[in-house]
Amino acid sequence: MQPALFIIFGGLAVAGALNLLFQRHPINSALSLVVVMMSLAVLYWSLGAEFLAAAQVIVYSGAIMVLFVFVIMLLNAGEEEHTHGSRAAYTVGIPGAAAIFCLLSFVFLSERDALKTANVGGDLGNGVDNISAVSSMLFTRQLLPFEVTSILILVAILGAVVLARKEQ
Amino acid sequence: MVPTAYYLVLAAVLFSIGIAAFLIKRNVITIFISIELMLNAVNLTFVAFAHMWHQVSGQIFVFFVMVVAAAEAAVGLAIIISIFRTRKTLNVDEIDLMKS
Repeated sequence: MQPALFIIFGGLAVAGALNLLFQRHPINSALSLVVVMMSLAVLYWSLGAEFLAAAQVIVYSGAIMVLFVFVIMLLNAGEEEHTHGSRAAYTVGIPGAAAIFCLLSFVFLSERDALKTANVGGDLGNGVDNISAVSSMLFTRQLLPFEVTSILILVAILGAVVLARKEQ
Repeated sequence: MVPTAYYLVLAAVLFSIGIAAFLIKRNVITIFISIELMLNAVNLTFVAFAHMWHQVSGQIFVFFVMVVAAAEAAVGLAIIISIFRTRKTLNVDEIDLMKS
């Protein structure tokens, strides 16, 4: 089942990302990013990260993308036009991204035997499920960083309110 | 059974597409969307390595990356709204206040 899941949802993720690249309208790009995130959630699940799969669907494709779609609707963003800057970016961007991809995949594929194979489902063994493992780690050893993230979210909310406020 | 390297190559594909979209797109919202794509690709490598080492530390990292991405999206979109309010444009070529 694992190879089928990987091929279907990995292909879907790449197709969504390419659609994001080639669409001109921001709303189409945002919706193709939702496709990428949902297929990544399935891949997380197949890698034994059930909590992250749920969090991916709820936080990313739920909350963050709704925020993006709201802002696109609010600002009434239209199709982008091609300018001089975009032609320069084409000549530099495509070869640069291809070079980074070739470098990364060369490293990963040459170390393919040292990296093991992935089996579907519970990777921890000894009867511990993923959510209890994550939560016991998060609320014992990582408690301070976890609390700091809540302060970070609070500061971000205040910053967003201050920045988006209409100036008097 | 899928080798872990294939997951990493998939993440590299998504990351490179994110870089290309970041450089090519001219709309500031779409540039922001491609940053989210790159963050997602890095999250996939974290989960793949966590699976490979049979540890949950990588998944904790992904959790923190999600929190930071949520905060970043809130602040970034507020900045985009305030830019649009003053400059009436979303094209990055015309947002060059700090250039001159």
